[in-house]
Amino acid sequence: MRRYVIKRLAQAVGVLWAAYTVSFLVLNWLPGDPVTAMASAGMDSGDVDPARLAALRHEYGFDKPVLVQYADYLGQAVLGDFGGSVATGRPVTSTLADALPQTLQLTGAAILLAVLLGGGLAVLATYTARRWLRQLLLSLPPLGVSVPTFWVGLLLVEMFSFRLHWFPAFGNDGLKGLVLPALTLAVPTGAQIAQVLAKSLLTALDQAYVETARAKGAGRWRVHLRHALRNASLPALTVVGLLVGQLIAGSVVVETVFSRDGLGRVTAAAVTAQDIPVVQGVVAFGALIFVTTNLVIDLIYPLLDPRIVVASDRRAALA
Amino acid sequence: MSQSLVDDPAEAALGLARPVEAGSGPEPGRRMDVRRGLRFAVRRPGLLLSVVVLVLVVLASFWPGLFTSQDPLKSVPSQNFRGPSGSHWFGTDELGRDVFSRVVHGAQLSLKATLIAVLVAFVVGGLLGLVAGFVGRWVDDVLMRFVDVLLSIPALFMSLALVTALGYGTVKVAVAVGIASVAAFARVARAEVLRVRQAVFVEASRASGARWYSVLGRHVLPNAAGPVIVLATLDFGSSILAVSALSFLGYGAPPPAPEWGTLISDGRNYLANAWWLTALPGLAIAATVLATNRIARALDGEWSRQP
Repeated sequence: MRRYVIKRLAQAVGVLWAAYTVSFLVLNWLPGDPVTAMASAGMDSGDVDPARLAALRHEYGFDKPVLVQYADYLGQAVLGDFGGSVATGRPVTSTLADALPQTLQLTGAAILLAVLLGGGLAVLATYTARRWLRQLLLSLPPLGVSVPTFWVGLLLVEMFSFRLHWFPAFGNDGLKGLVLPALTLAVPTGAQIAQVLAKSLLTALDQAYVETARAKGAGRWRVHLRHALRNASLPALTVVGLLVGQLIAGSVVVETVFSRDGLGRVTAAAVTAQDIPVVQGVVAFGALIFVTTNLVIDLIYPLLDPRIVVASDRRAALA
Repeated sequence: MSQSLVDDPAEAALGLARPVEAGSGPEPGRRMDVRRGLRFAVRRPGLLLSVVVLVLVVLASFWPGLFTSQDPLKSVPSQNFRGPSGSHWFGTDELGRDVFSRVVHGAQLSLKATLIAVLVAFVVGGLLGLVAGFVGRWVDDVLMRFVDVLLSIPALFMSLALVTALGYGTVKVAVAVGIASVAAFARVARAEVLRVRQAVFVEASRASGARWYSVLGRHVLPNAAGPVIVLATLDFGSSILAVSALSFLGYGAPPPAPEWGTLISDGRNYLANAWWLTALPGLAIAATVLATNRIARALDGEWSRQP
C-alpha cells in the first residue's frame, strides 16, 4: 500500500511539472511575440513605443535565453509565485486566490447536482421494469452531451429569470443565484456520469454475485443498490475524476453567461487581454486540480476494491 | 495518469466499445450489403433523421443559396426584432437581418472550423499513437507520458492558452480546439496499433520477409484505422461544441461574420425581448451535434452487432 501511494504521488508531481512546461512552451514559444501582444493589448499592434517594448521585455525576462526564462519561472512557480498580471499589475496568485471561492462554490454545487441527477437517472433507468420509462430515461444523457452549455444557460435564464422571475439572471448573490449556473454546468457532466453508470450497472446486474444475492432472498431494491451499484460505481468514479478538470474549465463559459465573478471570468478576461502570466497560472491551476482529484480517486480505489493494490504490488515485485 | 486496472473504466469513459476484428468473416455480396443497410436504417428512424440533418447541414455549408435567398449581412432597420414567421423562419435580429439566413451562412464557418479541428486532432494524435505503438520501447514511453500530460490540462484551458498565443480567428480557434483533443486520438491509435501488431497475420508477413513499411501500410494501418475513424466522428460533435463555445466567448471570426457561437452571444443581449435570437441558432448547433453523435454511435458497434 505504501509503495502504491508513493508511486502515485511521484507520478502526480511529474505530470504537474510537465503540464507546467507544456503550457510555458505553448504560451512563450509560439509565433506571437508575447511582449508586443501585451503592450498592444486593446489597440492595433504596430504602433507601440519601442522603448516600452524593451522595458517590458526586461521586466518579464524575455531578453534572456528561453531556457533561463523557463528556469526562473519554474523556480518561482514551485514557490507558488506566477509573477504579476500584465493587465492589472496584481500578483497572479492573489488574483486567482480571490476568484477561486466563487468558482469552487459553483463547481462544487455542479458536481453534487451532476452526481445526484446523473446517478439517480442511471439507477432509475436500470431499475424500472417499464420499458417506455427506461427508454425515455436512457435517451436523456445523449441529449445532455449534445447541447452547448452556454445555450442551456441562456435558455434557463430566459425561462426562470425573465419569464417566471424565480431566480436572478446575473451575479453572485447567495444560494438563489447559484441554482441556474450550477444546473447549467451540471448538465453535460451529469449526462456523462449517467451514461457510464447505466452501462456498468447493466453489466453488474448480469453478474453471478447478483444472482447469488437474489437467490439468498435479497429484495430487488437491495440487490440493486447494495450489490450492483457498489460494484458499478468504480467506472463512474473514474469518470468523475476525469470530468473535474472539465468542470473547472466549464466555469469560463458558465460564469460568462451568468456574469458571475470567479476564476472563469478572470480567465476569459486574461485571454482577451493576452495576459500571459494569468493564463499560465490558470492552466497550471487546472492541471493541479485535475492531478489532485485523480490522485485522491486512485487512493480511494483500494478502499472500494482491494484487488487493485494487490495487483499493483505484484507488478511492482515483478518489475 | 491511470495505470493498468484503472485504465479500463477510463476507456469506458471515452465511450468506445472494443472494436471488432476488422475484415473478419467472408465478404458478403454487394446486393446483400444494400439490403442489410436498408433494413438497418429503417429500424432506426432516429439514425435516419440524423443522416438527413447532417446532409442538410453539409449542403448548407457548401451551397447556402439552396436554403435561403436572403443576404445574411443585409440589415433592414424597419424590420428589426420580428419574431419567427413565414417570411423570416428564425425571426430577425436587432438590425433587421434574417436570422435563418445567418444560421445557414454560419454553417460554412462553423463547419470549416470543426473540420480543421478534427483533422488536426486526427493527424497529430493518430501519428503520435501510430509511432508510439509501432516503434515501441522508449519512444512509446516518452510519447505516451507526453499524452498523459496533455490529458491533465483541461481541454478548454488548453484551447484558451493556444488562443492566447496564436490570436483570434476561425482557423486559429479551430487549431486550438484540435490540439486540445490530440490526446484521445493518440491513445486510441496506439491501442489499435498494439492490438493489430500482435495479430498472427502481421507476424506471418514479418516472417515472410516483408519490410516494416509494407507491414505498416498493408496490414497495420488498414486494420487499425476503424476505431480511430469512429473517434473522429465522435470528436466531430464535441469539436462543434468547443468551437462554438470559443466563438461564443468572442475569440472566433470578427463581426459581422455569422459564426454559430457568435450569433448566440449577440442574441444574449436581447434575451428578455427576443428569445429567438439565442434559442433558434442554438437549436441548430444542438441538432447538428446530436446527429453526428448518433451516427458515431451507429458506427461504433451497432452496425457490426446487428444480426
